[in-house]
Amino acid sequence: MNKLGIVTKGIIKENPVLVLLLGLCPTLATTTSAINGIGMGVSTMAVLICSNIVISILKNVIPGKVRIPCYIVVIAGFVTIVQLLLKAYIPALDAALGLFIPLIVVNCIILGRAEMFASKNSVLDSALDGLGMGIGFTLALGVMGLIREFLGAGTAFDIPIYAGTAITPAGIFMLAPGGFFVFACLIAAVNFFTKGKAIKKKEIGCEGCAMASMCGGSCESAEEGKEADK
Amino acid sequence: MTQILIIILTFVLTNNCILSQFLGICPFLGVSKKLDSAVGMGAAVTFVMLLATAVTWPIQKFILEPYNIGYLQTVVYILVIASLVQLVEMTLKKYMPPLYKSLGVFLPLITTNCAVLGVAISVIDNGYNYGESIVCAIGTGIGFLLAMVLFAGLREKLEDCKGIPECFKGIPITLVTAAILSMSFMAFSGVVDGIFG
Repeated sequence: MNKLGIVTKGIIKENPVLVLLLGLCPTLATTTSAINGIGMGVSTMAVLICSNIVISILKNVIPGKVRIPCYIVVIAGFVTIVQLLLKAYIPALDAALGLFIPLIVVNCIILGRAEMFASKNSVLDSALDGLGMGIGFTLALGVMGLIREFLGAGTAFDIPIYAGTAITPAGIFMLAPGGFFVFACLIAAVNFFTKGKAIKKKEIGCEGCAMASMCGGSCESAEEGKEADK
Repeated sequence: MTQILIIILTFVLTNNCILSQFLGICPFLGVSKKLDSAVGMGAAVTFVMLLATAVTWPIQKFILEPYNIGYLQTVVYILVIASLVQLVEMTLKKYMPPLYKSLGVFLPLITTNCAVLGVAISVIDNGYNYGESIVCAIGTGIGFLLAMVLFAGLREKLEDCKGIPECFKGIPITLVTAAILSMSFMAFSGVVDGIFG
């Protein structure tokens, strides 16, 4: 695969949020404004690139059986670095994202890329993969934040568009239901423009879950087992 | 006593971890297709959440804070939770096979469930004491279970729905349902203050 292809596939064809449906918690929680969404995206991208590089370097050293705990330690280390940097230099963003900064550790995208890509590919390819996936994640969060900010507060990047005029912004778009609804519409739009090819027959379930390789689809087979019992 | 009731009601209804804080969306959407598995997942998360908070709170207060290494919080917590989940899985497998059969399959998934880590960190951020933290973990767990069960019930009905636009089929309509469910939970805001004045 050529180097450019690795970067671009994360942005469009395998966009982690809109196509692979990974990392939904930060996607829904931190996109109350475009700036928050992009801030979260960039923080995640930084962790993703660094952890991909380190895991790719260490791929021959880490024993297979304890690889997941090792990946988690590497990721948690970088998350702590990002957390401290944000606290020191961009305290406003740190306050806005709050709990979701330490929660980057359990973002399925990062562990998923470590398991699926960085542990099998060269250092440069892994870094590019992290970059592409990170840009894809940031773009999706930015777009979603922009839509919610525009509808919910009447601003875009904190610049008033129609706020203060006769039109009252629909504040509910900044709240939890608006998050679910805007995301539903975005996925529907992706479905519409790709004629259902991108997410064809895809369900949020074991295939989309980064932990699938760990649990070996045991949650799914358990469901089948229960059906068989009936 | 009042304080305990306030914390439980707040975290079950008004601050529901899935529907208003967006913690634990992956299992909420992934494991809510069948009512049985939704109940199993909810119970397993409640159990691990309680254990994780019970273990991480003393670590924070007696190790991280006295030695001034609070910045290691994220690393320590995720490692403790991951090993705790492993331990619980092995213990259940050995001593309580029936319980393992119903909860065990969900346990590996819980390690990376953000709700567990989220509660462990937020009880520290909120400055709760040990008792309040435990109650908060139980409340959040019950809230998670409640949302899972309600949503699984809705999804089973959703399968018989006719007339959904082609591009909304599958995930988008599920998310719209979640939006409506979360809107109905918004009606609880103020209820807790109303009861306890």
